[in-house]
Amino acid sequence: MPLSKTNLSVGDQHSEQVVDNLTRTQIIQYAGASGDYNPLHTDEIFTTQVAGYPTVFAHGMLSMGLTGKMLTNYVGDGRLTKYGVRFVAQVWPGDSLTATATIEDIREEDGVSLVDLSVSTVNQDGAEVVKGSATARIDD
Amino acid sequence: MATDHFPVEAGHIMLFARSIGDNNPVYHSADAAADTEPGHVIPPPTFVQASAQFTDGYVLRPVVGEPWFGSGKEPTGIKRESSGGSGGTGFHAEQHYEYHAPIQPGDVLKAVDKPGNSWTREGRRGGSLSFNESITEYYNQDGVLVVTARSVGVQTSRVVE
Repeated sequence: MPLSKTNLSVGDQHSEQVVDNLTRTQIIQYAGASGDYNPLHTDEIFTTQVAGYPTVFAHGMLSMGLTGKMLTNYVGDGRLTKYGVRFVAQVWPGDSLTATATIEDIREEDGVSLVDLSVSTVNQDGAEVVKGSATARIDD
Repeated sequence: MATDHFPVEAGHIMLFARSIGDNNPVYHSADAAADTEPGHVIPPPTFVQASAQFTDGYVLRPVVGEPWFGSGKEPTGIKRESSGGSGGTGFHAEQHYEYHAPIQPGDVLKAVDKPGNSWTREGRRGGSLSFNESITEYYNQDGVLVVTARSVGVQTSRVVE
């Protein structure tokens, strides 16, 4: 259900676990669907022996996509007008991520009611991996 | 990632939604989507990133008959500046989208790249960092701007710890 202006307040939060124990297979699914076949995300041998990382890690865009699931569940289908993030830290296989949206402003622009959200996704240790913001249309 | 022809297909949207662990029916069921506010299947908000599949010469997709920098017989099939020597690596630092109009299966998008800014700063974890911004506008078959994407890439001078 889309959000309604009448029952929203600045400071309201919505939080969801968006992945539990991220698998290498899910990272491979993302590579296949998105078309980003960078071996850093899928090729253990390249990543450890050539690039020098402890193991493969998720595409930033997978973290953004997982975080976006929380947002669209909260604001409703087709309601986002803006969504942007910074990739703060790497996401590794085995990580569990929780994404949170916080209402920063409820406003009107050209007769359309909007909500501005800050967005933060943390891993199982509470370390932030994605930080961003979003804006969505809401009902009056 | 510029492309003249990014066909938005229902199966591709379904696979993309699966890959981000999102089983919302609006991404895979035309029947269920008919009862939603959009009224049709829509892609998840980060779907236009998959335009990479339709971008000629996209460097992160293997090309038939050409060496690939991932492993095969050897740990890498090619020596690339960004993955050897100092251990520096290219990363995606930021991604921003503005949504202007709906997208649905059957649309054919055209993505046009616009120049962005470049800057450098010292990082804490990866040595000096070179940032490059690119802006991509996605238009549908009717010439309507549907999404504006702004991407920031960063090149580190050593492995990020």
